[in-house]
Amino acid sequence: MNNRLDFEKPIIELEQKIQELRNLASDESMDLSEEIKRLEERLVLVKKETFEKLSPWQRIQLARHPNRPYTLDYINSIMEGFIELAGDRLFGDDKSIVGGIAKFNGNSVAVLGHQKGRDTKENLKRNFGMSHPEGYRKALRLMKLAEKFKLPVIVFIDTPGAYPGIGAEERGQAEAIAHNLRDTARLRTPIIVIVIGEGGSGGALGLGLGNRILMLENAVYFVCTPEACGAILWKDRNKAPQAAKALGITAKDLYNTGILDEIISEPIEGAHRNYELTASGVKKALERNLAELEKLPVEEILKTRYEKYRKIGKYLEGDGIT
Amino acid sequence: MVWFRKPKYTILAPKKKDMPDGLWTKCQSCGEIVYNKKLEENFKVCPKCDYHFQMNVWERVKMLADADTFQEYDRDIRPTDPLKFSDSKPYAERLVEAQKKTGLAEAVVTGEMIIEEAPVVIGILDFNFMGGSMASVVGEKITRAIERAREKRLPIIMICSSGGARMQEGIFSLMQMPKTSAALGLFAEDSLPYIAVLTNPTTGGVSASFASLGDIIIAEPKALIGFAGPRVIKQTIQQELPPGFQTSEFLLEHGMIDMIIRRPELKLTLARLIGFLT
Repeated sequence: MNNRLDFEKPIIELEQKIQELRNLASDESMDLSEEIKRLEERLVLVKKETFEKLSPWQRIQLARHPNRPYTLDYINSIMEGFIELAGDRLFGDDKSIVGGIAKFNGNSVAVLGHQKGRDTKENLKRNFGMSHPEGYRKALRLMKLAEKFKLPVIVFIDTPGAYPGIGAEERGQAEAIAHNLRDTARLRTPIIVIVIGEGGSGGALGLGLGNRILMLENAVYFVCTPEACGAILWKDRNKAPQAAKALGITAKDLYNTGILDEIISEPIEGAHRNYELTASGVKKALERNLAELEKLPVEEILKTRYEKYRKIGKYLEGDGIT
Repeated sequence: MVWFRKPKYTILAPKKKDMPDGLWTKCQSCGEIVYNKKLEENFKVCPKCDYHFQMNVWERVKMLADADTFQEYDRDIRPTDPLKFSDSKPYAERLVEAQKKTGLAEAVVTGEMIIEEAPVVIGILDFNFMGGSMASVVGEKITRAIERAREKRLPIIMICSSGGARMQEGIFSLMQMPKTSAALGLFAEDSLPYIAVLTNPTTGGVSASFASLGDIIIAEPKALIGFAGPRVIKQTIQQELPPGFQTSEFLLEHGMIDMIIRRPELKLTLARLIGFLT
């Protein structure tokens, strides 16, 4: 099994041991079933213990896992007939964001999301899921298309952040994200956002304003990467694990602050260990939230979306905390 | 043979009392020593090289408002520490320090003022308060200011100077970007004007939300304006940045702002624009 993480070491050791015993049993025709059974029970327990108590830093490693399902994996497994639409009609086609139209349970939807690459070649094409202004502008174009044809919008979030580069600045990275925030806040159709991996700051928000925000159990959402936060506040990038803890980046943290609407469970060892199970969880959550939103008139969609963000923030006023 | 001897005189370092504090300021750009009174009279612009020094909130109010017309909103909103954040120093301590240093409760002051007889709602960020960073209070006060401007059918002006979203309030800080932008989306539907004034520096989460959403965007000369900070970009691309990158002049050249206005002309420019749009 490739790409196992450091904290999975006890699990890997047990798995190897079990495999050795199995080999031994078949080679020497010995009966080791008792021993194997005992180890297998222990394996279940160790897995449970490890994955129930993941630190924020360990969750980040899962959220960034190279085998983790990406936007196109979800689109291809829970939707039918996806037609990709390209370009922002202004400058180019940013392949770190994919989008288009598809059928979800027989109904047309607009779907888009950040797309990371599986290998170096694809990552160069996808720019590691870090978008330029043209990516955000393509996303807005597709959302306006959805508004025009009264299609709900489904968004998958998975980006380390907006790309910091010369071209991005020249073409208005800040303007593109700001523009999307303002216009998606007023988009006259339901928007459901699912954070499937990394919710990287402004780069995530560029697509990520919606009526409902759902998040996979091991996905993360941060104001800045823990590495950058460590470098700035602790003057040390290696303090990233501490920064990850302090910033409150996990799905549970966000749910407790009231920003998140729902956490979608992952298979015990993370989404990448069972695509089908993960996708079916995402599908169910989408169906439920979509059904609720589609009952609401457009004015109510806009009003509740506004109120959702309006109430975010903690401060003191007069004698109380709000 | 010694041709060059040590000179038989010493250079006296100027003692503190020769240059009393608060009388003179050295220009950060050209090195000119400017008499403080002259600097104040000149809107804190270097008379030699036109460098625009940072201004605090009250200097901005004095510069823009008709005399005694500023009325502050939401004075009693104060920051808290929702994440109990602590790095090398607890966030709660940093807040107290910033409050002492600036005399402000938070990095933004909002209110109403009259500019050349035109009433406007205004928000002014102060870079001296934790780099003008946006967290819960900044987002809330700006959102309320936008909502009040909408109720009263007044134009709104934002004077921006900020390093971006404040890390110490984590996701709460980040979510002030959609919150303020959504308020501006609603505001725009009522055909009311919003003018953004970008001053040195305006970056990160502030530039990627309300600062970039003005119907009209004005920048002060030579301000640093951008999404990512120059150091981050340099690290990422491993190349030197072109000269003048991310300055007001660079943004004007790339079509990202409407105009660059020197500080002495700012008040009249704002008044004229509002006159055309209301």
